[in-house]
Amino acid sequence: MTIYLPIAELPVNIFTLLALGIAVGFISGMFGVGGGFLMTPLLIFLGVAPAVAVASVSTHMAASSFSGTLNYLRRKLVDVQLGFVLLAGGLTGTLTGVLTFMLLRRFGQLDLFIAISYIVLLGTIGTLMVIESLRVLMRNWRGEPARVRRPGAHPWFLRMPFKMRFRQSRIYVSIIPVVVIGFSIGFLGAVMGIGGGFLLVPALIYLLRVPTLTSVATSLMLTLVTMAAAIVMHAVLNQTVDAVLGLVLMVGGTIGAQFGARAGQAMKAENLRLLLGLLVLGVGLRVAIDQIRQPTDLYAVTLDEANR
Amino acid sequence: MRRAAALVLPGLMACGILASAPADAQQPSVLKRQNLVLSLSKPRVTITSSFSGDSIVLFGVAPDDADGAAPPDVVVTVRGPNASFVTWRKARRFGLWTNVESRSFLAAPSYLAVLSNRPPADMADADTLRQEQAGFTNNRLLQRVGPDYADVVPGDPFRQAFLRVKQAQGLYFERTAAVEFIAPHVFRTVIPIPGIAPIGTYDVQVKLFQNGERLASGMLPLEVAKIDFEQSVASAAQDHPLLYGLATMFGALAVGFVANLMFRRD
Repeated sequence: MTIYLPIAELPVNIFTLLALGIAVGFISGMFGVGGGFLMTPLLIFLGVAPAVAVASVSTHMAASSFSGTLNYLRRKLVDVQLGFVLLAGGLTGTLTGVLTFMLLRRFGQLDLFIAISYIVLLGTIGTLMVIESLRVLMRNWRGEPARVRRPGAHPWFLRMPFKMRFRQSRIYVSIIPVVVIGFSIGFLGAVMGIGGGFLLVPALIYLLRVPTLTSVATSLMLTLVTMAAAIVMHAVLNQTVDAVLGLVLMVGGTIGAQFGARAGQAMKAENLRLLLGLLVLGVGLRVAIDQIRQPTDLYAVTLDEANR
Repeated sequence: MRRAAALVLPGLMACGILASAPADAQQPSVLKRQNLVLSLSKPRVTITSSFSGDSIVLFGVAPDDADGAAPPDVVVTVRGPNASFVTWRKARRFGLWTNVESRSFLAAPSYLAVLSNRPPADMADADTLRQEQAGFTNNRLLQRVGPDYADVVPGDPFRQAFLRVKQAQGLYFERTAAVEFIAPHVFRTVIPIPGIAPIGTYDVQVKLFQNGERLASGMLPLEVAKIDFEQSVASAAQDHPLLYGLATMFGALAVGFVANLMFRRD
């Protein structure tokens, strides 16, 4: 059964879209990532214009992250205070990112820049996460005791001024690195067209030493706020939000996210990190292969938006 | 720079129209004698939520030829609304395939179907065909090459690539056996409208050739438009963007909330 998307202006199979929503929703609920870094390329593969795909995916991410945030709020796992400090940096970063995006597009090498960012970022973070979680798993397997966190062993950037206590996350750190992390996520999110959850979760875990589940929950809350803002911004600035596409995706996505969240809570934290690491690494490798392998047609045609 | 381009482009197109006008005027007797009758199975393709493509049938009656000669050759060209495109060429740089060179195609049809009863190359000489824009590769595709605006030789790799990519996307069609005669002077063809067809007014142009010369031509408009729900969503997004954005946002939150309530375990 096909359905015609009014803004994307093409017909798609409604079951394909639903399945896509469920699959990505499952992953987003499980790891607390928005799923944009998976959903956007898949929609473009279906034939949706990149601008419409990026904008419509934000509606799906808003819905599934809201549903997920409510779950975690009920379990009192969201660190709202940490979320707001991150947002302060995040919204500034988004604005800077949007301006950089416009500048890069003018020079015609935005695609390459995005591909290299994906390869470098996803490759690095994926590899680090896989190595770290494998190390933990090995230790558990050998029966060695887990390393106990020593309170005095904070790295230098957490000992900077303006310290703040985040009770939910059980950390007492300077807000400077928190704001910087928020800014970087917002900036990269705007430039790479992603929600940034898969960057934020590891950053919170490894840099700020926030417990895994609290990181996931807080990251979902951050995704919710940024995506809600992104819907309105895209609708006003680009008029590329396809409500029909978004609705089908979010119905599938919210259902998938429920099961994903349960699956995530039933799993051990290091297994969760290993899986997310493999997923991130996989997407990074996929982008790298696409860039290295010779394309079937050396020519590509794009709509000239400057001359529209 | 961009303003200059905008000024040059209409000028060039006006020249094109002027250039073709005297050609028509040269054969008034032919035109008077030749009366081509055309009809579409429907003048308007309406896009509803279940739209996944359509086929429009074109009927034509060729002018009655007193000589009783063989039926004429038919070339049907359907052009969708014009748009600007960029064709990129990729090359390997530092191990990565990147866009290295580009050509801008200004005012190229967003949809193109060239349907004929036999390969147009057999109907007339190359110059006539190019002048009449009859045949898939003979359509004018205005390019920007540096500071100039021109169409290039048909063998240009960027031009060939553009046609090839558009065909692969399912927006350009070349069918050299798609026009059939159902009676000595009555012909019929099917215009494929894919689901991804752009919205707007299409020009259906029919050209008849006999003995290597143009015999007659005719033009019909074909409308591709969204209606009902599709149209109201599209116009809401365009006319009230803030309201549309807020409504979509709250809709998304509502879906998330409902899903959360539905799946609540306690």
